[in-house]
Amino acid sequence: MATAQPQAKAPPTVSKPPGKTGRRPHSLKKLNPRDRRTLILMAVIPTILVVGLVWLPAIGSVVLSFTNWDGIGDLSDIQFIGLRNYTDIVTIYPPFWPAVKNNLLWLLSLFLIFTPLGMFLAVLVDRELKGSRLYQTSFYLPVVLAGALVGFIWQLLYSRDLGLINAVFGTEIDWFGNPDINIYAAMVANGWRHTGYIMLLYLAGLKGFDPALGEAASIDGAGPVKTFFHITFPVLRPTNIIIMVITFIDALRAFDIVWIINQGRNGLELIATLVTANVIGEASRIGFGSALATLMLLLSSIFIIFQLRIMVKGDQ
Amino acid sequence: MSVDTTTRTKSDMSDLKLRRPAVSPMRVVLYVFLTFMALLWLFPLLWALYNSLRDYSFTQEHGYLSFGGFTFDNYPEAWERGGFTVSFGNSAIITILAVVFTLAASSCMAFVLARVKFRFSFTLLAIFVAANLLPAQALLIPIYRAFRWIELPEWLSDSGSLLNTHAGVILINVALQTGFCTFVLRNYMIGLPAAMYEAAEIDGASMWRQFYGITLPLIRPALAALATLQVAWIYNEFFWATVLLQSGDKMPVTSSLNNLKGTFFTDFNLLSAGSIIAALPVLVIFFVLQKQFVSGLTLGASKE
Repeated sequence: MATAQPQAKAPPTVSKPPGKTGRRPHSLKKLNPRDRRTLILMAVIPTILVVGLVWLPAIGSVVLSFTNWDGIGDLSDIQFIGLRNYTDIVTIYPPFWPAVKNNLLWLLSLFLIFTPLGMFLAVLVDRELKGSRLYQTSFYLPVVLAGALVGFIWQLLYSRDLGLINAVFGTEIDWFGNPDINIYAAMVANGWRHTGYIMLLYLAGLKGFDPALGEAASIDGAGPVKTFFHITFPVLRPTNIIIMVITFIDALRAFDIVWIINQGRNGLELIATLVTANVIGEASRIGFGSALATLMLLLSSIFIIFQLRIMVKGDQ
Repeated sequence: MSVDTTTRTKSDMSDLKLRRPAVSPMRVVLYVFLTFMALLWLFPLLWALYNSLRDYSFTQEHGYLSFGGFTFDNYPEAWERGGFTVSFGNSAIITILAVVFTLAASSCMAFVLARVKFRFSFTLLAIFVAANLLPAQALLIPIYRAFRWIELPEWLSDSGSLLNTHAGVILINVALQTGFCTFVLRNYMIGLPAAMYEAAEIDGASMWRQFYGITLPLIRPALAALATLQVAWIYNEFFWATVLLQSGDKMPVTSSLNNLKGTFFTDFNLLSAGSIIAALPVLVIFFVLQKQFVSGLTLGASKE
């Protein structure tokens, strides 16, 4: 998920079990000791992994963000300095505001262009078409590629001296190097991958949509556009929410493409690359890095709460 | 026979006429638009493939916007100079072990959450699901420091710590992927028929037998879809492989792209061949296991 490449995974929603089922959960107390031991053992190891390697580090980042630890001294030398790291970031840390601006641009590009495009393509290929599978395959082929590889491949188009775009248009633009435009170039490369992913998810939603609803509307004289906005779109509300969550998370986590281009410098600053550069870069500033990481946590918690609320609703 | 054919053709034609309305101009526009977009979307990869098959000196002379100079030599050379033997080996170790551990951990956890009710079962599920949505960078500093601090014996790690080892990368991948897989598998298990478990209990089957003997065989389709998806994901994982591994001989394919950029900088034919080589495993997955991959992707998001 991290973009992990960081490609945000579809946040799970509760799916309805197929067919008749019965969840007859046992109460833990009624089990015999051996079964109880088995179950506890089965739950403990994964829980330790997730708590120890995800939640404790996340809390650690929050705690460190209020300290002045330089990463060299002893942990016992740490002093709490309140919000100093945060005020420093917004006032005297030059790459911070460009990074915020770039993350917002990234979000806008997804939200206004590539997410709607993916949804639009899904609606188009969902109609009965000859070769519909072929179209679908072409659109989501880039989804399987690593984000870093996408950045790597797009050099072939973007390079100043050897790239295709300049060769075709006779220009001499350094698309990935020019700090005024490289963020847009990276956004396009990212959108190439994002669009197919959204198309895939929306298509799955459309498949679950009852075609009778649309037919009823068209008998009533509604055109395809009207049918979509008045019937399909509202009915697919759960899918729409998932797609929105993915779009926001992808924008917040954007990292791989930019890191492979130039490690997020010179116009390509993003919050995620600043955190990383502050930890493994030459000028390691743990306090700044942690404060930035905490900001990311804060932003992502909004979507997490969203997601958990959908989950609670689905479980009832 | 010829009579036969004509009659059949005739009836087919009338059938067609009945079934298919005349092609409307809107439909033509639709096909043209989709074909254009599909070609546009395929183009970057096709361009890489095309140039990977051309000779460097030919493209130097005629430019990349030319035709001809076909050769296969770029592939062995890119493989050699890119050190793909090593990085594919590393990718294989990391991916296979991480996927196996992830699926093992998450099917155990999912079974407990689906079969037993206890006070904190929902809280526990929420902890797992939310863990999956946290940005990786937010965990970086404590993880990096802790891995550096954890001491390992020399025979396990030449760096003496968990940093710069495959074990560290595998561990963090497992921790991050377990939440998603647990959630998907739990929902799948809840959907299994209850009667089977009742019968098993009457037979006196222990919980472990119910898990290993009954549940695991039944969730095979979900495991197959998740395994496909996770192989692609962990193979593609870039961030942790970049920050946790410093020595080039430990890097998987994705993070070694950082170094390849410099190696292939001036030779785009090699760069193209390197890109195709790096994409090959996921492309194979994509074309061979497309159904599994797609159902894995949409497992968490759709109501199937």
